[in-house]
Amino acid sequence: MEIVLACAIGVLTACGVWLLLRPRTYQVIMGLSLLGYGVNLFIFSMGRLALDSEPVLAPGVPTDLAHYTDPMPQALVLTAIVIGFAMTALFLVVLLAQRGFFGNDHVDGREDAE
Amino acid sequence: MRALAQALMPHLIIAPILLPLLTACLLLLLDGRRHRIRGMIGLAAALANLVIAALLLSWAGSGHPTAYGVYLPSNWDMPFGIVLVADRLSALLLLTAAIVALMALLFAVARWHKAGAHFHPLFQIQIMGLNGAFLTGDLFNLFVFFEVMLAASYGLLLHGSGPSRVRTGLHYLAINLVASSLFLIGAALIYGVTGTLNMADIAARIPQVATSDRALLHAGFAVLGVAFLAKAAMWPLNFWLVPAYAAASAPAAAIFALLTKVGVYVLLRFSTLMFSEQAGASAGFGSDWLLWGGTATLAAGAFGMFSTQRPGRLAGFAVIVSSGTLLAVLGLARPELTAGALYYLPSSTLGVAAFFLLAELMERSRSADVAGARAPEDEEDHLPFPLAELELDKDVNLDEDEEMLIGHAIPAATALLGLAFICCTLLVAGLPPLSSFIGKFVLLTALVPGLSADTLHVESLLTWVLPVLIVVSGLCALVALSRVGIRFFWTPVDREAPLLRVVEFVPIALLVTVCIVMSVRAEPVMRYATATAEALYHPAGYIDAVLSARPRPTPTNAERLGLQGPEATP
Repeated sequence: MEIVLACAIGVLTACGVWLLLRPRTYQVIMGLSLLGYGVNLFIFSMGRLALDSEPVLAPGVPTDLAHYTDPMPQALVLTAIVIGFAMTALFLVVLLAQRGFFGNDHVDGREDAE
Repeated sequence: MRALAQALMPHLIIAPILLPLLTACLLLLLDGRRHRIRGMIGLAAALANLVIAALLLSWAGSGHPTAYGVYLPSNWDMPFGIVLVADRLSALLLLTAAIVALMALLFAVARWHKAGAHFHPLFQIQIMGLNGAFLTGDLFNLFVFFEVMLAASYGLLLHGSGPSRVRTGLHYLAINLVASSLFLIGAALIYGVTGTLNMADIAARIPQVATSDRALLHAGFAVLGVAFLAKAAMWPLNFWLVPAYAAASAPAAAIFALLTKVGVYVLLRFSTLMFSEQAGASAGFGSDWLLWGGTATLAAGAFGMFSTQRPGRLAGFAVIVSSGTLLAVLGLARPELTAGALYYLPSSTLGVAAFFLLAELMERSRSADVAGARAPEDEEDHLPFPLAELELDKDVNLDEDEEMLIGHAIPAATALLGLAFICCTLLVAGLPPLSSFIGKFVLLTALVPGLSADTLHVESLLTWVLPVLIVVSGLCALVALSRVGIRFFWTPVDREAPLLRVVEFVPIALLVTVCIVMSVRAEPVMRYATATAEALYHPAGYIDAVLSARPRPTPTNAERLGLQGPEATP
């Protein structure tokens, strides 16, 4: 499981960074989204990977972290998802405004020479 | 005043966050076209915010150096719940932010707040994010307040619209989203290693971190640091800053001058709290990066000033110079230097904010002239369309109330603009007699004696780099600003005298006045800064104060508190 998760985070982040460095605004927003997914998975992994752990307090289970999933990364991820979603929406608006002003989708508002 | 602050105390800590939040909600309910009433409410809230910040400052400054106000908003047991901490450093930055915010808002109600529907709510949210970032005691809320602050700043940067704002806004947005991702990665790594997000708790646990995990912890802090350094405009992470700040409307740019200081604040807080001498193997982590990164930033900002003749861009470079000076000095991690930096920080921030406001007035007064001699990157900075319309039929459109609010054009406008420009030049370049000179002087006196090393080692030469650069950066600023001043004020042009409104000039005058007061009353301010620096370099007081905070007993938690921990103090 660790290998799968690590590969997923790596691939998402690598794709995100690559797209982020592209000159088209659409590529940039896709890159930002992929980077966000990679980061969210990474935060999850920092709460340690565990199978079959209780998510909420259950009767008869000792109340320590060895028997439960860590709730903290989940709270962090939830916040990060919400904020990331809002920022993506805002970025889309700015992207469309930029396209309206310049008539193209280059991040600098000018077409490439080639 | 202190008695009042003392009486309000535990709850005064959360007031700087609640007040702008509630004001923003109220403003959203009002019709977006009722600019006057919205402006009045916004101004009243900003004024109240200033009063609260002053009260907090007087509270923090009154007690012994280790006065910490700890507030548990959720009333949870200590390392788990969220926590707000007010100490001297937070209070100082809160007051600086409150002054700049009030002045920027005063400037905005003359004109700019009509250029978009939601200027006032965004502005209040911006204040809330800033205040929250200064007050929060845990990493998680720092992220949240950072995002609140950034979200509002995106809106404010785009305020007024227009091609150049949208283009630089897109860049600003992308860069800050990446920085936020880095923030999350760093915070997650730190949580993964230490198992806590509470700053005091992290600081207490750092000495005990296993050797095998320490590299991971340092990586986490380094990634986190990159996010803050991008915000604090460290070279080479600062290329976004000048175009974005120059494109923003003047009041937005003035408050953006504070955003870089948030980065500086967090770096100062972390480096003193987490990597103090008690931090074991982690002591002093990253300070070399701050020192040399700050030095490079200072050089880049100083020489960047030569690259432009537009006041708005010059002010952007002044922000970079100020950040570079602060970062480099904090990297040396010496209390007397940090005290100087804490004196320099408010005065340079106020000076740069005043300069941003003034730059707008200058560019407007010469707009016909500037259009001809503009650098390629300065194109498209005409007034955006809603404002252009406002300008054209100004006399027709305004009712009497609006006229009263705006005030009358003052005569001798050019002379007043010139005077304000001289004051801003003195502040930005750090020349006597204004306060940033005193700040730089304190820094230089603290830097130079340690350097009187007899021989010419390479190391002793390296230590000269920073003081020399601080002096040279002042010279660069002076040369660049004089050039612009001559061009703007002395070039004979056939045109009418610029129309200067009282309400637009008052904030600049007040900001300069605060700096003058800071230089006249330099001793108490310096004493406060010294006490702040002393407290920062003895983080045990902070850690103890936060970790020993107990929740208030309530019917629901009394039993749990009685069962679990030591008895709750009423």
